[in-house]
Amino acid sequence: MKTAKAKKITVKDIIKKYGGDKTAMIAILQDVQEEFRYLPKAALSSISKQMEVPLTRIYEIATFYNAFSLKQRGKNLIEVCAGTACHVQGAARLMDRMERDLAIKCGETTKDKMFSLEEVRCLGCCSLAPVVRISGNIHPNLTQDEVPKILKNY
Amino acid sequence: MVSFIIDGKKVEAEAGANVLQVARKYGIVIPTLCCHESVAPSGACRLCVVEVKKGKRTRIVTSCLYPVDEGIVVETKTDRVLNVRRLVMQLLMARCPESEVLKDMAKEMGIEPQPAFHPDTDKGKCVLCRLCVKACEDVVGASAIGLSGRGKNKKVGAPFMEDSKTCIGCGACAYICPTEHIIMESTDSKRKIWGRTFKMQPCDKCGRYFAPVDQLKFISDKTGTPMTELAVCMSCK
Amino acid sequence: MSKINTLEDLNKAAKRGLESIIPSKTKVMVGMATSGIASGAQEVYNALAEEIKKRKLDIILSKTGAMGMDCIEPLVDVLQPNKPRLAYSKVTAKKVPEIIDQIVKGAVNGNKPAYRMDEEEFICLNENKPYLKGPVPKDLEGIPKIGDVSFYKKQMKLATRNCGMINYESIDEYIAKGGYFSLLKALTKMQPDEIIDEVIASGLRGRGGGGFQAGIKWQTCRRAHGDIKYVICNGDEGDPGAYMDRSVMEGDPHSVIEGMIIGAYAIGSSQGFIYVRNEYPLAVANLQRALDQAREYGLLGKNILNTGFDFDLKIGKGAGAFVCGESTALMTSLEGKAGEPRAKYIHTVEHGLWDRPSNLNNVETWANVPAIISRGAKWFSSIGCKNNSGTKVFCLVGKINNIGMVEVPMGIPLKEIIYEIGGGIPGGKKYKAVQTGGPSGGCLPDSLIDISVDFDSLWDAGSMMGSGGMIVMDETTCMVDIARYFIDFLEFESCGKCVPCREGVYRMNEILNDICDGKGKAGDVELLESMSQGIVDGALCALGSTAANPVLSTLKYFRDEYVAHVRDKKCPAGVCKALIRFSVSDEKCTGCGVCLKKCPTECISGEKKKTHVIDQTKCIKCGVCKESCKFDAIIVE
Ligand SMILES: Cc1cc2nc3c(=O)[nH]c(=O)nc-3n(C[C@H](O)[C@H](O)[C@H](O)COP(=O)(O)O)c2cc1C
Ligand code: SF4
Ligand code: SF4
Ligand code: SF4
Ligand code: SF4
Ligand code: FES
Ligand code: FES
Repeated sequence: MKTAKAKKITVKDIIKKYGGDKTAMIAILQDVQEEFRYLPKAALSSISKQMEVPLTRIYEIATFYNAFSLKQRGKNLIEVCAGTACHVQGAARLMDRMERDLAIKCGETTKDKMFSLEEVRCLGCCSLAPVVRISGNIHPNLTQDEVPKILKNY
Repeated sequence: MVSFIIDGKKVEAEAGANVLQVARKYGIVIPTLCCHESVAPSGACRLCVVEVKKGKRTRIVTSCLYPVDEGIVVETKTDRVLNVRRLVMQLLMARCPESEVLKDMAKEMGIEPQPAFHPDTDKGKCVLCRLCVKACEDVVGASAIGLSGRGKNKKVGAPFMEDSKTCIGCGACAYICPTEHIIMESTDSKRKIWGRTFKMQPCDKCGRYFAPVDQLKFISDKTGTPMTELAVCMSCK
Repeated sequence: MSKINTLEDLNKAAKRGLESIIPSKTKVMVGMATSGIASGAQEVYNALAEEIKKRKLDIILSKTGAMGMDCIEPLVDVLQPNKPRLAYSKVTAKKVPEIIDQIVKGAVNGNKPAYRMDEEEFICLNENKPYLKGPVPKDLEGIPKIGDVSFYKKQMKLATRNCGMINYESIDEYIAKGGYFSLLKALTKMQPDEIIDEVIASGLRGRGGGGFQAGIKWQTCRRAHGDIKYVICNGDEGDPGAYMDRSVMEGDPHSVIEGMIIGAYAIGSSQGFIYVRNEYPLAVANLQRALDQAREYGLLGKNILNTGFDFDLKIGKGAGAFVCGESTALMTSLEGKAGEPRAKYIHTVEHGLWDRPSNLNNVETWANVPAIISRGAKWFSSIGCKNNSGTKVFCLVGKINNIGMVEVPMGIPLKEIIYEIGGGIPGGKKYKAVQTGGPSGGCLPDSLIDISVDFDSLWDAGSMMGSGGMIVMDETTCMVDIARYFIDFLEFESCGKCVPCREGVYRMNEILNDICDGKGKAGDVELLESMSQGIVDGALCALGSTAANPVLSTLKYFRDEYVAHVRDKKCPAGVCKALIRFSVSDEKCTGCGVCLKKCPTECISGEKKKTHVIDQTKCIKCGVCKESCKFDAIIVE
């Protein structure tokens, strides 16, 4: 994550970091996403031009992998784990609760742009199931009841 | 040269050939949807499956990709094979209920639609054979259209599903599409495809409209041939 | 740091490492793998640092990975000279001063450690080094030895030998545990073919799920034509509910790296890749640090250990696609493209990454290699059972008391894992099944509780070893819902290239959703069965060809639950919303009013101390009332 003071990193800088290596496309897109929190259309077009890779190929990659988002996300990204361990511990009910409390569906962003709600399949903390990750912080053994309180803290 | 058995017949073939090519040479019919001689096979449709016995192991493989090998035994119409083909056809008919091409193929193969599958309404006639994408990339070199998404959301189209900016209107994708999903509308002087309207070039000699101007420009850029030379249709050349 | 060129150099590093593993002053270690951090280990670490600074104590504060017993994290280990190592469980920042008090006083009272360790095992060196010198101090006699804790008693740590033991940031500690001595031995005393023979003789089978003989794969790759060859580590760990590869990459990254260098030498490769899934940032960071350290020591790069052998390693990050765990998809993804699989009629050991011979093994497979080289094939193959040598790491999660990562000899009866190591099912509930093998695997019912846990037995039972997820289910788990869950997962993760998987799994999901929604029709179950065969035979890659397993195995062992859903429109486990109804038991309800307060739709009414009532027209079946009732008075049927 960048700090407020850090100089704005441009698409050009990122491409340069990988020496324009076409095989590093996934890493480049990851860095761009880290910077902008999603993949802006203009950034993809600019990568296409600078690296001389057809936009079709880049779009293919950007829409194939889960981690990439072509939509602008809210300030906080809520990821409800829907891995097997979390599923048997009631993750679906947690997701229902989140959807109700935020009044959005999974994959959407709240009107005030505070939260985006997404689903992930296993965060590797299965021993703490069910887990939800909000802006990078893992909330272990979460119950429906605790949802409002936790959301208030963001 | 390698020799092997296909449907009980002993055959010979060039090493490196695939089973489908050999089968066709010997008049054995294997249905296909996703292979075409002008692009490399991808193995996407799975209609061309056959049973191959190699040593002790028998397995189902796609004939369009499987390389021939000394001593293999190929069966093209076993129950297992026909079961896969039936499933594939039923799934595709549920995906593209409008497709006459699929209906005709199914009829020929004696396959009925599966009533338990609710037909899709949003996929048009595209079976995702990806021939168009490969033609545009490998044959034309324009890479104007591609695949996007994953799984059941996979789609063919231009980036961001917008009108294609880099399409040259050559129509190769429409010609190669096995199910007539890609719509190309032509009048004499205009051609419409992928949301774009292309101006056609009249032949300098006979005056017939023969190719989109953008396509000729693309060829000119690529090969360095001046536009004036390209502005002559095939029959007048 | 200067380069390591000789045995002497390596011994020097080992000496430094040993001094930090068993130091001459007090050391405090915090388990800081992802699971530890998620349960609050970072706060505990900070509190320890502060307390130590505040009291001006001369104490070493160190980080370590996860030993496995995740249910008692955050874990803080205290090691004082000549005393047993003590493990404090569920530590919070608040408890830190008390722990420090105990250290300062040198006596345990009040907050008792969960267990103690009197010595540390150095697997690769085949010796145990004592922490404790002399008799057990009086105050520690009542604290169980780790070997007596039921969670650890039947375990055997090979692949995870250093996880939770060493500081993952220290290459010297890794070397002190016998690390990189195997590499030195391989490079200076063994021919590539000898190494391959040793790995073949050890019987090591790939831990990524398929169980293919690792040595045979190496041999084929060595014999394949091509100047440039690659070795690759599969750290994609896509099976939801499994995290053993994460634990190894986080807690002992050098074991994977050393295994890969040895493999590269045996195969004749000079470039390798570690493909790590996107969701594991800490694993990437720890691997990256380890790679830099190894390079600094001359264990990677040009002229490794002064033997003339060149090899380097790069990390490739996934971007969230389960299918990229499949070998051809992984390689396509490493090439920087969308990770679609391709047909494997020509194997990746001959034509893999960039069309060159490529040898792919799983994280755990690689981590076993240094131990095999140091202790020998005979030793390794003496562990485990027939055709299944060595150990396997599992993640025991779900409805089980001792949740955590366990490593056991192959062939251990499932019962021992569930009831002894796992401590049985919580809340007095009945065991129903364990799911192994991830989305490609299956469920093992109660009748198979005695099954030997090895590749072949699990396969014969219609499940799979998989990479090591073990999700325990009890009577409140609906098996139809589980099948639907996995099919839904696979529908989402299917790459969409081939028809049987893209369209077939989608249709299966439709049918299963109907069944769970109470819209199941006669013939649905039979249709699922007949579709399964077509998908198994027709799919392009193993994601599709194993996709039907969760359905087939639940049908095989729990057909009655399908019948209940389809015919009787009932969900016996009380999970499928459309088929259940919440009500309050007249007998058990004390009228405490907790459910009334918590119900989000305010559909519960009742006076204090009188049985409450649920308004069925407003109930959205969220289950909050059931979760919150302390008297188990909410009935689901
Ligand atoms: C859909 C799919 C996902 C897979 N995911 C993984 C994975 O996450 N980790 C892994 O090691 N192997 C995974 N595998 C197995 C690999 O393809 C491969 O067999 C394995 O990494 C080889 O290593 P091994 O022989 O050491 O097990 C997966 C296979 C399939 C078909
Ligand atoms: S018409 Fe356009 S999209 Fe189709 S092949 Fe030609 S350039 Fe590609
Ligand atoms: S549009 Fe036609 S050619 Fe392209 S993938 Fe679909 S069916 Fe195949
Ligand atoms: S089986 Fe599934 S994941 Fe594998 S290639 Fe086919 S669609 Fe893709
Ligand atoms: S299930 Fe939820 S909505 Fe229904 S009564 Fe209980 S708390 Fe209220
Ligand atoms: S299943 Fe949720 S963290 Fe693994
Ligand atoms: S023609 Fe072979 S898979 Fe489609």
